[in-house]
Amino acid sequence: MKTLVWVEHDNASVKDATLSAVTAAAKLGDVDLLVAGQGAAAAADAAAQIAGVGKVLLADDAAYANALAENVAPLIAGLAEGYDAVLFPATTTGKNVAPRVAALLDVMQISDILSVEGPKTFTRPIYAGNAIATVESSDAKLVITVRGTAFEKAATSGGSGTVEAVSGTGDAGLSSFVGAELAKNERPELTSAKIIVSGGRALKDGDTFQQLIFPLADKLHAAVGASRAAVDAGYVPNDYQVGQTGKIVAPEIYIAVGISGAIQHLAGMKDSKTIIAINKDEDAPIFQVADIGLVGDLFTVVPELTSKL
Amino acid sequence: MKILVPVKRVIDYNVKPRVKADGTGVDLSNVKMSMNPFDEIAVEEAIRLKEAGKAEEIVAISVGPAKAQETLRTALAMGADRAILVESDAEVEPLAVAKILKGIVAEENPGLVILGKQAIDDDSNQTGQMLAALLGRPQGTFASKVEIDGDAVSVTREVDGGLETVKLTLPAIVTTDLRLNEPRYASLPNIMKAKKKPLDTKGPADYGVDIAPRLKTLKVAEPAVRQAGIKVPDVDTLVNKLKDMGIAN
Ligand SMILES: Cc1cc2nc3c(=O)[nH]c(=O)nc-3n(C[C@H](O)[C@H](O)[C@H](O)COP(=O)(O)OP(=O)(O)OC[C@H]3O[C@@H](n4cnc5c(N)ncnc54)[C@H](O)[C@@H]3O)c2cc1C
Repeated sequence: MKTLVWVEHDNASVKDATLSAVTAAAKLGDVDLLVAGQGAAAAADAAAQIAGVGKVLLADDAAYANALAENVAPLIAGLAEGYDAVLFPATTTGKNVAPRVAALLDVMQISDILSVEGPKTFTRPIYAGNAIATVESSDAKLVITVRGTAFEKAATSGGSGTVEAVSGTGDAGLSSFVGAELAKNERPELTSAKIIVSGGRALKDGDTFQQLIFPLADKLHAAVGASRAAVDAGYVPNDYQVGQTGKIVAPEIYIAVGISGAIQHLAGMKDSKTIIAINKDEDAPIFQVADIGLVGDLFTVVPELTSKL
Repeated sequence: MKILVPVKRVIDYNVKPRVKADGTGVDLSNVKMSMNPFDEIAVEEAIRLKEAGKAEEIVAISVGPAKAQETLRTALAMGADRAILVESDAEVEPLAVAKILKGIVAEENPGLVILGKQAIDDDSNQTGQMLAALLGRPQGTFASKVEIDGDAVSVTREVDGGLETVKLTLPAIVTTDLRLNEPRYASLPNIMKAKKKPLDTKGPADYGVDIAPRLKTLKVAEPAVRQAGIKVPDVDTLVNKLKDMGIAN
């Protein structure tokens, strides 16, 4: 089987989630990559180093600068002719573009796969991960998004792919990029961090969140996450949200502070290796999934913990 | 401008789903069903645009069983003007839903279609993008802000790195994220009024759409259950545990 993986990149390097998609694709067959962007030659060179890849298609055009789905999807749908499967990391950009490609190809997409069970058979989470469905596609071509935490990352070196320029399909003239407010963060990225400290509604306000959660995270060299309630209340920006409709994480250690453990939150973190929960309510549902629980008031427990580490 | 708002009847978000013992799916008998939370946000956004004088009419649509009428009545009680039920007892996949919606768009010519970004049952996150592709229209997915600006719409999107804003020419497709708005509750008088608002019933065949599934569900299983762990009595014990794991000195 021939597969094409859409590469998420920042023009210089390849984003981690793509590496998991490459691993999933390799379970299906040969892997080529598509780097679409403007001035993305360095990203294509980096992509060619990924272990096991064949060709790296480079579509370099102003129309692809911000990965607008209206422009990228026709390009991918056209290239899909030469492939049996097209895979995307299940990131916000991947999830934006992939279904547009699938519909152009008249294919029913398989979202957020957890495993490859056969050439057309996959598992995927449904109902916020409270059930795992095994699905088999009857479409001639496959369009798939890949859950990053479910597959090992392919090695970023050792590959000997060849970069090949492909011509673009231009600007569809439907949409334009206005701007972005991207979080500047010195900390590890949530989806690839080894340790995550997450705070919930109990943190009271943005200042308290800053004063309690960030120093603990700093001590542990951890990324910082949050529940929806904490984001909705404005303690931290939206990109901190972990859960069914936020980021899916599976670090070595996940520390949930003042988070009750609603199913929508658990959906995003219950595959973490070790879960530690700090909550003053001993019956909080988070304790049903926690490996280590500490019942206590976070306003005394967290400063004490931070000072003793 | 007219706005179409597709809504889905799903398990209520407060209910913990249980997998059927025979592994064929999730048990929905005697389970509370509600409008998909993201679709409530979509309905709310359409109503706000109407209240702001940016839209004249809101048409709610549901593809699903006869009971999805209740979901449509909820949308009407919130403030939608009329509703269309495309009735099907079989499960309809996002691709087929998008095709049905395309048929309705052809008849209704809306300026905007606002959908939820995902349904909390199948978690597919596909229908809006697919509809946009089939119509050859732009898409503003995972919206946290929607502003109509002449013959264009600005959509601020929640993305992995933060927020980004795109400008789309109308007509356009928007899918909602959680922080776009807080949906209102329907008042009792509005619930009564909603009973008299028009609700048409159609079938997938009216739009010439074949709803035969492309994906076959072979099995539905419980995820691996985590064993509850231990409780530690105090911070010192927790610190020792962290040291044992090699993450504290
Ligand atoms: C469609 C939909 C999608 C959603 N998606 C997500 C998602 O992606 N991610 C997500 O997180 N949620 C999501 N939610 C929301 C989810 O249902 C919960 O409302 C949310 O996770 C609750 O956040 P929380 O645990 O911080 O707040 P709460 O549930 O209010 O819990 C606060 C906890 O703090 C504890 N506490 C209070 N004071 C103290 C103290 N002094 N010391 C210690 N503990 C204390 C309390 O005992 C309680 O357990 C979604 C909901 C819907 C409907």
